[in-house]
Amino acid sequence: MSTLDFTLALGDDALIAAQRLGEWTSRAPEMEEDIALANIALDQLGAARLLLTYAGELEGAGRDEDALAYLRDDREFRNCLLVELPNGDFGVTMAKLFFLAAYQLPLYTALAGCADERLAAIGAKARKESAYHLDHAALWVRRLGDGTEESHRRMQDAVDQVWPYTHELFTPAPTAPVDPATLRADFDAQVRDVLDQATLTRPADGWTPGGGRDGLHTEHLSYLLAEMQVLHRAHPGARW
Amino acid sequence: MSDPRAAVAAVVDPEIRVITIDELGILRSVDEDPESGRLVVTITPTYTGCPAMDVIRADVRRALAAAGHPDAEVRTVYSPAWSTDWISERGRAKLAAAGIAPPAPAPRGGTVVPLTLAVRCPRCGSPETEQVSRFGSTACKALWRCRACSEPFDHLKAL
Repeated sequence: MSTLDFTLALGDDALIAAQRLGEWTSRAPEMEEDIALANIALDQLGAARLLLTYAGELEGAGRDEDALAYLRDDREFRNCLLVELPNGDFGVTMAKLFFLAAYQLPLYTALAGCADERLAAIGAKARKESAYHLDHAALWVRRLGDGTEESHRRMQDAVDQVWPYTHELFTPAPTAPVDPATLRADFDAQVRDVLDQATLTRPADGWTPGGGRDGLHTEHLSYLLAEMQVLHRAHPGARW
Repeated sequence: MSDPRAAVAAVVDPEIRVITIDELGILRSVDEDPESGRLVVTITPTYTGCPAMDVIRADVRRALAAAGHPDAEVRTVYSPAWSTDWISERGRAKLAAAGIAPPAPAPRGGTVVPLTLAVRCPRCGSPETEQVSRFGSTACKALWRCRACSEPFDHLKAL
């Protein structure tokens, strides 16, 4: 995987995660959580902007962050399927965020030490924010898993539903600036600890949906992009 | 022309208006480019998604224009990553006086889950406080409450 493809994949992960988290704004179960999810979305968007700007420079075709975010179609996006899945209930959102953060934290930490100076700077910055995301999501997974019978049932359902999509994150890419396969041990240890504390069961491995890195997405991404891109496409170059 | 460094250092943070960008540690340098002779101001964001960066850039340009440097360049750098450890003592005192509890020393290494150390209430000084939410009114703040005087307050998160 080239540095461009890798940077685009990470940028798209962050961008689509930001858009999905932003859907909770004004709809979260309590005000503090509303603010938390919006803050995490903003962090993801910040990382996405840095990564997509760099991807545009690597490509050298004159595309900036906006051109990459708003003027590509679904088949050109390289994000993992995990981030494009609908939010579901609050448990599903937290399962998604927990798995994403448990992947992004070791990823950005490894990136901070990689040979590419720009990616190293982005990694060093973003990992500090990821640590907060992971902490927040883990707190909810524990609270809901080790909560009432109903919250336990729903958190377990959420983990079961989202788990198959985590495998795609660690598809080996030996030539990438960071080989995602090397992050698996950190991720597994983190997941095991938190699920244990939450009295939840790690699902058995079976179905492993993938294809996001090759532009093969679920039907959900097109709807997300339609909403995210409509303003920019309807009013090209608009400013306010 | 007046001292450009002093002019830039006096620019206040648009979201926490009691503290300057110098005291917050996001003003990294004010130098002259050896080749072009232009003044170059280097700043760094607190958080990657900080929405105040555009306003800060504009405020820096405005301050420099007023100080006689209308053609200065403002550069944004991301490395080394900003840390709350860069907030000056004076900045910390100003935060506390404005009712924002200053941060504890930053956690080392990205993989360490931040410790929750006792945060003193900026109003009554009591250490009997609790976190209401890790995320507050801006990206860099958390929401806390004092159990002694019952007042809610902002806390600048260690980063």
